[in-house]
Amino acid sequence: MTLRMGAALAALLGILVSAYLWLYKIGAIATIACGNGGCERVQASPWSRFLGIDVALIGLLGYCALFGMTLLSLQPKYAAARWPIQALLALSAGAVAFTLYLKYLEFFVIGSVCRWCVISAVLISLFFVLVVLEHRRMRRTPA
Amino acid sequence: MAGSQPSLKRFYLVILGVAVVGAVLLWWVTRPKGPTSIPIAVDIQPSDTAGFQGYVLGPDSAPVTVIEYADYQCPACQSFDLVQFPTVRERLVSTGRIRYIYRDYPLDSIHQWARLAAHAAACVDEQGKFWEFKDALYRSQTEWAFSRNAGTRFRETAGGLGVDLPAYDECMSSLRYAGRIQAGQTEGTRLGVNATPTFIIGGRLYQRLGTYDQMRAVVDSLSQNP
Repeated sequence: MTLRMGAALAALLGILVSAYLWLYKIGAIATIACGNGGCERVQASPWSRFLGIDVALIGLLGYCALFGMTLLSLQPKYAAARWPIQALLALSAGAVAFTLYLKYLEFFVIGSVCRWCVISAVLISLFFVLVVLEHRRMRRTPA
Repeated sequence: MAGSQPSLKRFYLVILGVAVVGAVLLWWVTRPKGPTSIPIAVDIQPSDTAGFQGYVLGPDSAPVTVIEYADYQCPACQSFDLVQFPTVRERLVSTGRIRYIYRDYPLDSIHQWARLAAHAAACVDEQGKFWEFKDALYRSQTEWAFSRNAGTRFRETAGGLGVDLPAYDECMSSLRYAGRIQAGQTEGTRLGVNATPTFIIGGRLYQRLGTYDQMRAVVDSLSQNP
């Protein structure tokens, strides 16, 4: 499995996790399998929305964008192109920065940890690492 | 690199498999669990109302009884509960001047979730947290009133108050308070209630008693102990 394939799989899992969180947020799911009540507290907090938009929805749209972009980068005609990976690097760096902000809120402001949000944080970090490795690999490869 | 064509094809199959499994799991968890509405057309049994006058605060010996008929989804009830009721409780209930009885009067035609909220409150009352739950429901009314599944919010609110959720779920699924809620509403209608909040004080019905001062004036006139 290539690094790009791994990144696409991580983004797809991220879509599923953020969709689950968003469905709970909008009331389509009665209960969330969280175990410690942290997800309920985080989702009920004022910080579950960012600029008036559900954070889970932002995550869902972000993962969809990353997933689509990664699938595009997997097409043979873009195999040697650098711009898809550079775009993924920029997008995922922004996503990681936003995730760090959310983790700060969870740990230090809300005082509750949402396990599904942690899983999402792991997935976006994994995605970022895979894209960084792919970017480095491409830089070493002669154009 | 992006890999050879055969491995790309295998990869798409893996992606498709994960997507399908994920979609099935999401569909599974979004299936409605527990009631999303409480039936109105129920056969009211004597046991439904036996011994239940409403949710009571204050001593039986209080000289005046105030009965409130309310609907959890009604904005005027919310306003009364959040702004006036704390003062009523502090100055009239806690001082023993009145006995306060809260009764449900869900206005089903305009408030989709009112009856479900009333049933949730009855289930929470089994665990002795009715008054906290009532306040929490009114505080969060704008969050659930227009949601697609307010039952989620009620359960979440109950959980936040430390309610034993498996017992709550069992109570909600049983619909065991549907008859009692309907009986209470029927009784309210018989007494002349047709809007909320409506108060019955000293046997008289008041529909425009929006403030503590107004309620206190009525209580004073009845108890002759201002």
